[in-house]
Amino acid sequence: MGTLFRFATAGSVDDGKSTLVGRLLHDSKAILADQLEQVARTSAERGFGQGTGFDFALLTDGLRAEREQGITIDVAYRYFSTGTRSFILADCPGHVQYTRNMVTGATTADAVVVLIDGRNGVLEQTRRHLAVVALLRVPHVIIAVNKIDLLGYDEAAYARVDDEVRRVAAELGLGEVHVLPVSALEGDNVVERSANTPWYDGPALLELLEALPAHDELETEYDEFRLPVQLVIRPQGGLAPDLADDPATAEAYRDYRGFAGRVSSGRVRVGDRVSVHPSGIETTVAAIDVAGEPADEAVAPQSVTLRLADEVDAARGAVIGGAGSLPAARREIDAELFQLDARPLAAGSRVLVKHGTQVVQALVSEVTSRRDLDTLSHEPATVLEVNDIGRATLRLAADLPLEPYEANRSAGSFLVIHPADGATLAAGITHA
Amino acid sequence: MIETESRAVAGAPARLDARLDTLDLLEAEGIHIIREVVAEFERPVLLFSGGKDSVVVLHLAAKAFRPGRVPFPVLHVDTGHNFPEVIAFRDETVARLGIRLEVASVQDYVDDGRLQERADGTRNPLQTLPLLDAIAAGRHDAVFGGARRDEDKARAKERIISLRDEFGQWDPRNQRPELWSLYNGRHTPGQHVRAFPISNWTELDVWRYIEREGIELPPLYYAHEREVFRRDGMWRAVGEVSQPAPHEPVERRVVRYRTVGDMSCTGAVESDASDVAAVVREVARTTVTERGATRADDRLSEAAMEDRKKDGYF
Repeated sequence: MGTLFRFATAGSVDDGKSTLVGRLLHDSKAILADQLEQVARTSAERGFGQGTGFDFALLTDGLRAEREQGITIDVAYRYFSTGTRSFILADCPGHVQYTRNMVTGATTADAVVVLIDGRNGVLEQTRRHLAVVALLRVPHVIIAVNKIDLLGYDEAAYARVDDEVRRVAAELGLGEVHVLPVSALEGDNVVERSANTPWYDGPALLELLEALPAHDELETEYDEFRLPVQLVIRPQGGLAPDLADDPATAEAYRDYRGFAGRVSSGRVRVGDRVSVHPSGIETTVAAIDVAGEPADEAVAPQSVTLRLADEVDAARGAVIGGAGSLPAARREIDAELFQLDARPLAAGSRVLVKHGTQVVQALVSEVTSRRDLDTLSHEPATVLEVNDIGRATLRLAADLPLEPYEANRSAGSFLVIHPADGATLAAGITHA
Repeated sequence: MIETESRAVAGAPARLDARLDTLDLLEAEGIHIIREVVAEFERPVLLFSGGKDSVVVLHLAAKAFRPGRVPFPVLHVDTGHNFPEVIAFRDETVARLGIRLEVASVQDYVDDGRLQERADGTRNPLQTLPLLDAIAAGRHDAVFGGARRDEDKARAKERIISLRDEFGQWDPRNQRPELWSLYNGRHTPGQHVRAFPISNWTELDVWRYIEREGIELPPLYYAHEREVFRRDGMWRAVGEVSQPAPHEPVERRVVRYRTVGDMSCTGAVESDASDVAAVVREVARTTVTERGATRADDRLSEAAMEDRKKDGYF
């Protein structure tokens, strides 16, 4: 059984993203006979015929409107595996009005593959996608320079695009980026290294995806332990029937009180000293269950139930962390917001904030700036419109244990929700 | 393989020994989703058919709340064309876990004229109305399902927590973005959500997990001899509601089912996989998707599933 790796694909319209995804699935043998047959039939009906006679994009465009318009309108999830890894692919559309889907794909991704058309270089939409990726601190960034076949597999032509991409990445503050020449249509450097690009000595795309460490595979030793409590398990009267049958066992669970949640970062062991937000009480971990089975320790992102040595007043919304490590709870957030809803956000907007397992009322007290997505620099603004990324201050009706997003992805991220209709208005990350 | 960063690279975190494999991570995610829904909704229910996917969701729920019991009932939309083995399995399972079973009966709707039998005899498309009525009658604000995104192109675009209007309709062009693992299940009166804890599992993941956890399934998932006839390129069981036409000769063959839906539209595949390990091997080398192989209802058109989902089907 291998590891799990999540990645998202992004790119401008017509950069050939659906073709790349179809090629990746096809060449890694994730497409089964009946799906292929359906695609071949539809390809023929549409008169798609030159070259391969096969429109790979049909493998991924799921909805009727997409097939009719030849576009992708929502994130589609794809699954494939190789000998060493299972992959979850979030295929994100490239149209400006659907940038929120890029944000959706990037927040859960271990890597983002940004596709660009080698003939056009870095377009505005590509820049915008890279900016989102940079701000959301996706662990790995891969830039696939597509249609290398239409550049005649020319090294100098590729080198110009490679230079431009690396310059833009540096301007946006992206760390290491992986850049490679591919042809989604012809399959060059997608699954296997291509003989058509002898001047490129790096890995093929799939090799890279197999080798990069996933977020949960990275060292967590230095991350503080955090467990947002989802609910408290107190089974009096509602014990699982196999435990209730035996009176002695049933008696042993009479006073059971377990704090259930998913470890969002770090590691916890039986006997560890922990603090609890919001009470601030310190106690000791008495027992750990991982997925219902007793264990000595647990790590992110396991789903666990903790029992604590002392009686602690905690419910959904509480956070358990290493003793003394929880941040001072805050009533105000200075945040970067990714505006996803068509209704603009401005000072005075009343909203809900969901952070971890807690939802609190909030008021937008100020919008200070929005980003110029070509440079990521701030320009003064008082309103955030859909697809804007900008700074705002929110006042909270209750304390939240917020941490800088740079230090802790889950403790530094939140949703902004419309209080009446429940729509997700914006994604937010905290600033140091 | 290429070299990746190691501890030697200044500032770069080192890679851990991989201790959590794909199944561990999928299990942790599934339990997290189930607990979120139970914590945030008043009256959740699990749509339970006795099929392997809903059995896995129920297994995750039992683990999520142990040592407590599963804190929600299950709902079965009974087409009246179910395999008897599956009904028996359903009843044993709810008894073992001590949970309540709600049944929505398609037969009742056909009998009193609220639904009309289709010319082709399949009852899968007829499930939607009894399902929506049962959700309303039970005042369920969240409905768990075992749907997986790898099943179909329309399902590939489904959210983990998916909002439905008061008519049970799915609006694929207007879905909420799903960010990090922060699920937004807020809804207005009349709306409900569908929650899919095993969205990210593949058919092979499900089988490997069934093997790892020793999960019981209805016996027809494993190879057995049965009277069958050939229709639409599939082996159909002979039964009360599934009779061969004169030109469809009946044979005895060793078959198994990859999905257990309505007897009138679910086909068997020839297989000698008589235990879970053999099924895992078979699924790992299979060349046809489970819906393509065994579901006549999904062959109706390229957008068959999309249309049914928009109408409130799972």
